[in-house]
Amino acid sequence: MPKKTKMTLKEIKELLQAEVITGIDSLDLEIEFAGGSDLMSDVLAFGKPGILLLTGLSNAQSVRTANIIDAKAIVYVRGKKPDKMGIKEAREKGIPLLSTKYMMFTACGLLFCHGLPGVSGLTPKKR
Amino acid sequence: MMSNENELSHRFEINGRDFSNAGRASTSIKEILQEIGIDSSIIVRAAIASYEAEMNVVMYAHRAVLTLNVTPEKLHLKLEDEGPGIENIDLAMKEGFSTATDEMREMGFGAGMGLPNIKRNADEFEISSTPGKGTTLKITICLDSTQKK
Repeated sequence: MPKKTKMTLKEIKELLQAEVITGIDSLDLEIEFAGGSDLMSDVLAFGKPGILLLTGLSNAQSVRTANIIDAKAIVYVRGKKPDKMGIKEAREKGIPLLSTKYMMFTACGLLFCHGLPGVSGLTPKKR
Repeated sequence: MMSNENELSHRFEINGRDFSNAGRASTSIKEILQEIGIDSSIIVRAAIASYEAEMNVVMYAHRAVLTLNVTPEKLHLKLEDEGPGIENIDLAMKEGFSTATDEMREMGFGAGMGLPNIKRNADEFEISSTPGKGTTLKITICLDSTQKK
């Protein structure tokens, strides 16, 4: 098991070879945990303030959902990018948006292996 | 908007099928609660409940009025919609039960989590519905830390 660690958005950007869509001035933000889902109702149910949200849902609802739960930033997977309305609202609310070509499983796996915990705080037992 | 020293009230209109504006009323509610200095953990609960309720209107109803009322003790959200109503409320309250279309699922909703999510974030939750007419939700969140969840 990797040792639990915080990551800056800049480190996450580099690890996921991600493009910054908006929020280039916020790359020093510290991320303590993350969660991934394309289902916004799930995000509303498990999300906690401060979460890094990984999602493949690229419409404005992803940004609105992130804002509602006080997410720190969004990483879009599979090379997706939000629509213009989503980008505009993210800028207004100060939510950085990144886009990685990795698919959800790989993006989450890379972050987890680097020590970034999941939203639940639960970590698997050592095997 | 109405407000006096002890009470604040806002009214929002939500239109069915208006996906491009879905969530804006709840975003405004969050901003209002931040402006008046409500505790952030309460704000998140109210915003989630409001957002799920708003999405239900956009997905299923024709239109609705959402009212936010904040007193020194409690935060109330009341949503009255005109729409098809809910035939079986017990079934609709079950996690995973959904009558959503593919279009709704493409928006990231419609997984049958909405009403249970609302209830989970409320201290008091009432739902009533008349099939063919509409549904009313009443959500109350206690602001007093000794009463909250």
